Amino acid sequence: MIFLKQVLTILWKDIRCELRSKQTWTGMGLFALLVLVIFNFAFDLRVDNKAAIAPGVLWVAFVFASLLGLGRTIAAEREKGSLDRLLLCPVDRKAIYLAKLLGNLLFIGVVEIVALPIFAALFDVPLFGALLPIVLFGTVGIAAVGTLFSAMAAATQARELLLPVLVFPLIVPVVISAVRATGTLMVPAANEPPWLGLMAAFDIIFLSASMLTFEYVIEE
Amino acid sequence: MSYLSIKGLKKSYTFKPILRGVDLDLCRGERVALLGANGTGKTTLLRILAGLTKPDAGSVTINGMDIVHDALQARYRVGFVAHQPYLYDELTALENLVFFGRMYNVNEVHERAVALLNKVGLARRARERVSALSHGQAQRLSLARALLHSPPLLLLDEPDTGLDEGGNELLADILNEHSERGGATLFTTHNLEHALSWSDRIAILHAGRIVYTRETEGLELEDLQETYREVLRPRTKVLS
Repeated sequence: MIFLKQVLTILWKDIRCELRSKQTWTGMGLFALLVLVIFNFAFDLRVDNKAAIAPGVLWVAFVFASLLGLGRTIAAEREKGSLDRLLLCPVDRKAIYLAKLLGNLLFIGVVEIVALPIFAALFDVPLFGALLPIVLFGTVGIAAVGTLFSAMAAATQARELLLPVLVFPLIVPVVISAVRATGTLMVPAANEPPWLGLMAAFDIIFLSASMLTFEYVIEE
Repeated sequence: MSYLSIKGLKKSYTFKPILRGVDLDLCRGERVALLGANGTGKTTLLRILAGLTKPDAGSVTINGMDIVHDALQARYRVGFVAHQPYLYDELTALENLVFFGRMYNVNEVHERAVALLNKVGLARRARERVSALSHGQAQRLSLARALLHSPPLLLLDEPDTGLDEGGNELLADILNEHSERGGATLFTTHNLEHALSWSDRIAILHAGRIVYTRETEGLELEDLQETYREVLRPRTKVLS
């Protein structure tokens, strides 16, 4: 019970700080929109190649926008010294991880909710209800790994450079699965692997490993 | 029996020894001022005692509880004030206290936070963001945060930094009150006058060890200044 209370308290604090500073959401949202608009102009979109291009564009926007937000998750607290104060509290480190993960999912989720209709309009693709679990599982995978490595990168001076270098190789399976699953929604294909199941499996592995190792990453 | 017991504490950073075997005991109700030049390891020692840094060797127990093995329980017993406030700038003074109170599972946290804001003279600024407070006011708020969960052990790292005369009087009152309730206090300062008037015992950290310790009763400021200068006098050889 105390664990859950502490998770919600940290999450409440992060949301309130973000609503007042508006640093992360604004940057992530603008970046995602810019990527969608630039790709829309850069490619010669036709009916026959749309399904090959659009899923990739969508996930490039989501992945890079997510990394912008993930980079700030713990770095901002470490820069201000408030992370030390949080670590001084009698709080299970897993609670800190879970709160930061939920915060990241919320921030990325809001950006995705704004970006998806714009994507649908620019690329002239319908929004399928089945896209929701794909976006959800893909985002959980990216956020689970990103939250862990943002804690690791925050302790270094080259955090902006280090975070993508650490995160990208690990999220490749989730991103490939997400892109293929989104493509399959647009043009159904036979004998496709169960992409959604693969994403769920990766999410469970990433979440478990991150929860277990976060304590060693966050503490000095 | 000691409330805080430090035995043979060692800590190095990238092979540079900072603490070379610190031994110190604090009893209930005792206030100890830790003195030492910059870079002698005072902050490192306090960070280890607070559970923020792990020691390389030695042991620290708080009321018989090992701070490494029983870290979670030990944290409930420690109130820490750093020389910088380290608060959330986007939150108000009251929100900061309520947040940390919830993290320490404090009962009736809102009432407790308001009472502490009154105590440190920030009641009128309770609903202002921390970014709007001066350094001294933020330091007062940091002091209130350390008292939120009524910890039996207070660790204060240069708590007088940035405090005005009123702030220093408030700090002295809080230390007295804490001591009268049976709480132990270990604080660092560069102000020998504060060290002498706010503590029951002086300890000087030099070259990674406690090299001097003495009760403050009967100790004059001039004697302390002389001892401090003598202990910290450079003994390096001049290369020819």
